[in-house]
Amino acid sequence: MRPAAADESPLVELAAASAPAQTSASAAGFTRAVRCRGAGCSGDDGEDGGGGGGAYPGNAISTTKYTAASFVPKSLFEQFRRAANCFFLVVACVSFSPLAPYRAVSVLLPLVVVVGAAMAKEAVEDWRRKQQDVEVNNRKVEVYDGTQSFHQTEWKKLQVGDIVKVKKDEFFPADLVLLSSSYEDGICYVETMNLDGETNLKRKQSLDVTAVLNEEQSFHTFKAFIQCEDPNEKLYSFLGTLHYNGQQYPLSPQQILLRDSKLRNTTEIYGIVIFTGHDTKVMQNAMEPPSKRSSVERRMDKIIYLLFVSLFAIASFGSIMFGIRTRAELSAGNYAWYLRPDNSTMYFDPNRPTLAAICHFLTSLMLYVCLVPISLYISIEIVKVLQSTFINQDQNMYCEESDKPARARTSNLNEELGQVHTILSDKTGTLTCNSMEFLKCSIAGVAYGNRLIEVQMPYGGIEEECVDIGNNGAVKSVRPVKGFNFTDDRLMNGQWSKECHQDVIEMFFRVLAVCHTAIPVADRNSGRISYEAESPDEGALVAAARELGFEFYHRSQTTISVHEYDPVFGRKMDRTYKLLNTLEFSSARKRMSVIVRTEEGQLFLFCKGADSVIFERLSKDNSKACLTNTKCHIDEYSEAGLRTLALAYRELTEDEYVAWNMEYSAAKNSIHNDHDVAVEKASENIEKDLILLGATAVEDRLQKGVPECIHKLAQAGIKIWILTGDKLETAVNIGYACNLLRKGMEEICITLDSPGTNASEEHNGEGSGMAPYEQIGRKLEDARRQIFLKGTSTPFALIIDGNALTHALTSSLRSAFLDLAVDCASVLCCRISPKQKALITRLVKARIRKTTLAIGDGANDVGMLQEADIGVGISGAEGMQAVMASDFAIAQFRFLERLLLVHGHWCYRRIAAMICYFFFKNITFGFTLFWFEAHAMFSAQPGFNDWFISFYNVAFTSLPVIALGVFDKDVSSRVCLEVPSSHQDGVNNLFFSWSRILSWMLNGVCCSIIIYFGALHAVLIQAVRQDGRVAGFDILGVTMYTCVVWTVNCQLALYISYFTWIQHFVIWCSILIWYTFLVIYGSFPATISTSAYHVFWEACATSPLYWLSTLLIVVTALIPFFLYKITQSLFYPQHCDQAFQFQVLL
Amino acid sequence: MNGQAAGSSSGGSGDGGAAPRRNTRKPKYSKFTQQELPACKPILTPKWVISVFVLVGVIFVPIGLVSLMASRKVVEIVDRYDDACVPPNTTDKLAYIQNPTISKNCTRTLTVPKDMDAPIFVYYQLDNFYQNHRRYVKSRSDTQLRDASKANDTSTCDPESVANGTAIVPCGLIAWSTFNDTYGFVHNSKNLTVDKKDISWKSDREHKFGSDVFPKNFQKGPLIGGKTLDPNIPLSQQEDLIVWMRTAALPTFRKLYGRIHTDLKKGDSITVALENNYNTYSFSGKKKLVLSTSTWLGGKNDFLGLAYLTVGGLCFFLAFAFTLLYLIKPRKLGDNNYLSWNRNPAGR
Repeated sequence: MRPAAADESPLVELAAASAPAQTSASAAGFTRAVRCRGAGCSGDDGEDGGGGGGAYPGNAISTTKYTAASFVPKSLFEQFRRAANCFFLVVACVSFSPLAPYRAVSVLLPLVVVVGAAMAKEAVEDWRRKQQDVEVNNRKVEVYDGTQSFHQTEWKKLQVGDIVKVKKDEFFPADLVLLSSSYEDGICYVETMNLDGETNLKRKQSLDVTAVLNEEQSFHTFKAFIQCEDPNEKLYSFLGTLHYNGQQYPLSPQQILLRDSKLRNTTEIYGIVIFTGHDTKVMQNAMEPPSKRSSVERRMDKIIYLLFVSLFAIASFGSIMFGIRTRAELSAGNYAWYLRPDNSTMYFDPNRPTLAAICHFLTSLMLYVCLVPISLYISIEIVKVLQSTFINQDQNMYCEESDKPARARTSNLNEELGQVHTILSDKTGTLTCNSMEFLKCSIAGVAYGNRLIEVQMPYGGIEEECVDIGNNGAVKSVRPVKGFNFTDDRLMNGQWSKECHQDVIEMFFRVLAVCHTAIPVADRNSGRISYEAESPDEGALVAAARELGFEFYHRSQTTISVHEYDPVFGRKMDRTYKLLNTLEFSSARKRMSVIVRTEEGQLFLFCKGADSVIFERLSKDNSKACLTNTKCHIDEYSEAGLRTLALAYRELTEDEYVAWNMEYSAAKNSIHNDHDVAVEKASENIEKDLILLGATAVEDRLQKGVPECIHKLAQAGIKIWILTGDKLETAVNIGYACNLLRKGMEEICITLDSPGTNASEEHNGEGSGMAPYEQIGRKLEDARRQIFLKGTSTPFALIIDGNALTHALTSSLRSAFLDLAVDCASVLCCRISPKQKALITRLVKARIRKTTLAIGDGANDVGMLQEADIGVGISGAEGMQAVMASDFAIAQFRFLERLLLVHGHWCYRRIAAMICYFFFKNITFGFTLFWFEAHAMFSAQPGFNDWFISFYNVAFTSLPVIALGVFDKDVSSRVCLEVPSSHQDGVNNLFFSWSRILSWMLNGVCCSIIIYFGALHAVLIQAVRQDGRVAGFDILGVTMYTCVVWTVNCQLALYISYFTWIQHFVIWCSILIWYTFLVIYGSFPATISTSAYHVFWEACATSPLYWLSTLLIVVTALIPFFLYKITQSLFYPQHCDQAFQFQVLL
Repeated sequence: MNGQAAGSSSGGSGDGGAAPRRNTRKPKYSKFTQQELPACKPILTPKWVISVFVLVGVIFVPIGLVSLMASRKVVEIVDRYDDACVPPNTTDKLAYIQNPTISKNCTRTLTVPKDMDAPIFVYYQLDNFYQNHRRYVKSRSDTQLRDASKANDTSTCDPESVANGTAIVPCGLIAWSTFNDTYGFVHNSKNLTVDKKDISWKSDREHKFGSDVFPKNFQKGPLIGGKTLDPNIPLSQQEDLIVWMRTAALPTFRKLYGRIHTDLKKGDSITVALENNYNTYSFSGKKKLVLSTSTWLGGKNDFLGLAYLTVGGLCFFLAFAFTLLYLIKPRKLGDNNYLSWNRNPAGR
């Protein structure tokens, strides 16, 4: 306890010193006061309730959009924010006025159905969220009850200031301040996968003063007060003060345990709740992902505007005509006395034709409202949800190893998948497994390891590999150890002891086994040990040590225990190293070291790090030959795309260490701003005069199927960019391995080649910034000239590194760079930062104006995923961060092929066809109405019974169009994959081009003409039955409507190319529904059914003319499309047709 | 040692994998979710196309012929009389028709062009008469027509809802403007009876027009439109009104006036004594008297037959054209040369 007390005084002083700063901060953002609800405070809970939990919200969370009370108004508001719905609402309101051409209820009903369906969908989604919340809120945690002991309580009942006990593998219920853990020194390990997606374990450390409170009894007397910052979204910063035993202790992020992270490798911890519920950092961080809309939908909006325009045009035309006709009513020879123009209301007043025309305009808007498909949005939503289900359910996108199916996280981008033009891909974890494998090593200047480097195999080799896909399983079983892919008889199974440098080799293995921060985890069943490491590289190295006979099996706070193979005894020995210091890894230091004391009492510093850093710190005693050999091997490895580390050690004398340790402790305990600098400097002082042992090479294996997938995607004409943080050489190697760079491709490499320029820039800052800038500019120009000369026959690949990119992305060079990049088939950007990734994505998207897809797996890809039109997250090793930000989540890169070429193709085609068809059917219907109106003196008299009109979109044509959107497929998945070039149809937006949309609309107009004039001339004026009765308004209406229903449904049957029983069922059922409806509605009392009363049984069904004209008109109306279709497929076949035929021949 | 470890670990994972595989998240296989439902995929081969056209032609041409024959079998006498029935020296036709003091009697003679078998249907045909005008169509009260107790339910009948302060039954423009020309036929100096029963639709008579609803206050307003109704006959028996109130869809329409149950022989001459009451002069409409027989297809209208023949013929022509094209320039289906994926897509 003494040293701890000694430590305390500077802490208090510091707190006192920084007090002014804190008080100033307390004004803004430093107001939270947490009174711990320990024993002492239980009595005066009421009095300091203000400071404790009472003032702060409880721990219950709610992620729902609505509450029971707000659901109706809020979701209604959401619904009517859509312009189309709002328009329909206005129409429905106006329809209660005498302006309405038909009864108001028939306008209202479809609106109610559509809005009701959309609201029901919202409600279901919200209900699911609610269920999730309830589940989370009702999780159990042990809370100190203020008197005796800890009790199980639900999460939602937690209050600020509660003391909780969290056990191993449980989630933290709120943001906690760590008081103590089951470890004596108050450390614990947490996994923050849900927060930042990192799967490695993080170490948290409690304050020394509270670390002793690791038993339940110790809280009987515990009393503390915490002052800290207000809730904010910064995950990695925290500012606060603990008042305990009359002293103040500063709190740092090291003591903060965040909600939704998980306790690992620690039996239990105690903590004080400081932020609850929505105040927690994770909830503060939660934000709505930017909503994305597909380009098809954006174009659909335009079409809806077009329809609005044509609606207004038709209505105005009708109104003008109506005005003219109405004015003429009074003139001699045209005086329709039966309309009583002399005694007219304002709607028909021939004396005020302008007013009448204006009123008529409103009426026509209502009449032709069916031009704008009310059910389009809801239908599309239903279709997309079902499409997403298919994506989720696809067995071919299910990853057996990780037990993860594909997930469409947003459903509104399905069709965008079929239009992807450019893919921007992360490398590590996306193309590669991110599971490192120890592949080669160089010890004392001798290279070991004789496995082939997979990454180095160019694509040619992979073709052959494809043939024996079946053998993959066999290949796998040979490589059972995760992270280890090393064979060399000279080292394996203890044979290394026969090598000449066996002492060096032994030391090399020892460094591997000891110099790391991994934690061993014993598998209960097999007793084998696996490791939880901060990075997969480290895990691979420790695993390699294990496989080579140096099995690290236990870590305590001060010791590392290793089973070592002892060549002298020829068996395993247990050795325990006393861990004195750990000099941790940082990206700036690029190395880590440990200082240990062996059982014999020797002091060693073990160090591993990047070759450049280690070589700077070697002692002069190293043999020259060994140095050059090792360096040579390292170069070889990194050229082959491997990640290399150099290993070194140093023996320390006792005095040396004691002296250094003083310095180091002082540096460590200094809390001033220069803390890091001081620690760094202290570390420098011991990490010197190292003796080189050798180097390791770790391979990041390509994921299964990546080269084939990239090959397919390239065949599909998709451009692929790889954005990686790796070194240029590694990136190029991966590029070749995954078939992004191919033989015969011209490589254009743009880097800042002379290091001098680079260095001088770093030193002189702005001054010499012009030089590299000009250099890049010139290179870009050269490259463009080169491409221009070679023409488009040779594919080009652009390789550019981060520094060059910084310059290339400045505003003046930006367009030159993007022009160049767009001309190249493949682009590789290396050494770039996450921010640059997002920036490139945005620029590319803006530049090519086509769909971009970003794919990545880590937190560093989030910006890119959100920036791109489609973000695809790999739900692999690096956790959930990328997945949470993505629109689609897949387990492996290779599933992208199926996602784009199969599902993308289908969804795009389906949605495009569905929307086109939707417009077609509404135009057919609307124009039929218009022709009739033109024959009714433009008086806005609907040609059909009002219920026919309102049920058109809802009952008779809705299901087939949904079936089209969900089930239609032109070609099977196999053909999609075999004919990747058909993806270009989507990229060029062939199925949703304006010409196609307009020709569908034209077809609709044609059909309406055929239907209207066909029906008109068929029933004309003569008797329509043998009993001499003639057709009135009702019979003509039913005939036309029958033809419309038949035509639009048969048109669909003609269009779709894939008939399962579902399609048959919905299409023929819809037609049947129409007849059923007609019969049922016709048997309603005449006051309800009006002109449809008994019309079918009495007048139509018994008239052969009715049936014959239906047949004639439907067949005739279908002929134009049929002709178009056969001409297209027989004489001007396109990809899709060919692929379709191809499939039949298969 | 290493090999053993390998064997045991892979074996272990295999065993472990088999037993708790229950809660795997692997999508369940079904033909539906995998989108592999059995389906027929019609493909447009030239043969298929040609057979479709031939089939349509084969069906349509006979139908067309039969329909055309049926239509041609109908004998129709159409006589326009609106001009002819105005006394020859009248300059202002409107004044003539609106003057109730002038007798509107008029006699027309029709010659039967072909044998006409009973029943012969008598129609009147109006032209340029917008029975489908929205104002006109709406101006009626279905409840009032059906239900005697709802006689005052005339809100939808403007401007013919109320006359002299009381509700009109039947109200509305349609009823008010009922056609009121009458026809009497004399054949071989014998009166031909015109059967005016059952000229309306049964459903109208039985359900839309009440048998206890009697005309009331009808045509009592300042302006008299068309036919006046006998207030002692219930609406359900006022078949002329019922026929009239089943509004026509187009400005030119025929309505059934009655039936003649006597066969007429070719060359017979029929004298029509008509009362030319209805005013079509103010809006330049025509009035025609039509006598027509009917067949299974109805009245005389060649359109259906001709259209069937045309479409059928077109299909035959297309079948022929495609056959020619197919013979001249055959294209092997799925010919690989046409498949553009055999070209290098990267070049594009």
